[in-house]
Amino acid sequence: MSILDYLLRRQKRSAAVAKDRLQIILAREHSDRDGPDYLPAMKRELLEVVSRYVEVDLDKIQVNLDRDGDCEILELNIMLPEGEEPIKHAAAQ
Amino acid sequence: MAKVIVVTSGKGGVGKTTTCANIATGLAQREKKTVVIDFDIGLRNLDLVMGCERRVVYDFVNVLQGEASLKQALIRDKRSDNLYVLPASQTRDKDALTQEGVGKVLDELKESFDFIVCDSPAGIERGAVMALYYADEAVVVTNPEVSSVRDSDRILGILAAKSRRAEQGEEEPIKEHLLITRYSPRRVSIGEMLSISDVQELLGIPLIGVIPESESVLQASNSGIPVIHNEKSISGQAYTDVVARFLGENKPMRFVDEEKKSLLSRLFGT
Ligand SMILES: Nc1ncnc2c1ncn2[C@@H]1O[C@H](COP(=O)(O)OP(=O)(O)O)[C@@H](O)[C@H]1O
Ligand SMILES: [Mg+2]
Repeated sequence: MSILDYLLRRQKRSAAVAKDRLQIILAREHSDRDGPDYLPAMKRELLEVVSRYVEVDLDKIQVNLDRDGDCEILELNIMLPEGEEPIKHAAAQ
Repeated sequence: MAKVIVVTSGKGGVGKTTTCANIATGLAQREKKTVVIDFDIGLRNLDLVMGCERRVVYDFVNVLQGEASLKQALIRDKRSDNLYVLPASQTRDKDALTQEGVGKVLDELKESFDFIVCDSPAGIERGAVMALYYADEAVVVTNPEVSSVRDSDRILGILAAKSRRAEQGEEEPIKEHLLITRYSPRRVSIGEMLSISDVQELLGIPLIGVIPESESVLQASNSGIPVIHNEKSISGQAYTDVVARFLGENKPMRFVDEEKKSLLSRLFGT
């Protein structure tokens, strides 16, 4: 690597970005591949329900199915936008 | 016992056909009776890379459909006695291959060869599955680049689910090898290209070799003489090492680090 390249570099190297993105997408594809057949459809429907209440980007929602011994654990992770009012209150209990 | 090796990748243009030609040639150089089969029905190319395109009379589909015997269809390589090519058909579509038919041809080949190398078409559909179905070992060809890594990962999923060994379950699963091709140590060192360890970590299978990006590969396919015949080429030498590792020898990785440069060129990156 040239020292000039090094001095001039400001951004994160693109290879590191590529690796991060691949790690995330491969993990997601593995959970689709190894999970039960209904998982993709269930994920879609869960996302639909969530987006009825809060405005949230698709990539802020993670659905993971983990196995722990005999137990299967469905993990739903939603990063809610900060300081924003929910879209509707009507459906809340 | 004859071994069936599939060279696969998901993505097209990553170096499968090049790798097939070179691994098959390398095995033959090591006195192994080897046949290399083109499964890329409709897009035959292996014959060109192997330099036997003008000697194709019958093809794989002719054999499957009983229009020619294996003996008639196999083309003997001009440069090595132990090497034969079974070309793909150019006119038929990939549905001409059936699992049962392919199985029969492979069984017949197993009687007289040590290694059967299968050149897979791109994709993850029928044609690619046909090429990997009977494999004992798989060489997964990957370029250090996002879409190639992702497609290789998908092919690994298919090897683990749709191959004969996976379906039958009682045998060992297919032995998988990662081959990184078109690698550029310089671009890795400046952070523009995924490194060997990045790709290995992402795909999680053992590395059998790294083939550097080199002009000699293009020259080799231009002339129809696989680059492994060119002892001066670093890619040719890297393929020779891959074959040696395949046969169980321990060879350190070569051509994976950037060449040492003078202070001036380090400063200015020339
Ligand atoms: N190590 C390499 N260095 C430079 N060019 C390469 C290398 N490996 C493959 N190529 C080139 O890449 C192109 C695609 O290769 P090919 O073997 O036909 O890929 P595939 O069979 O996967 O579609 C060809 O032009 C080939 O010459
Ligand atoms: Mg090809």
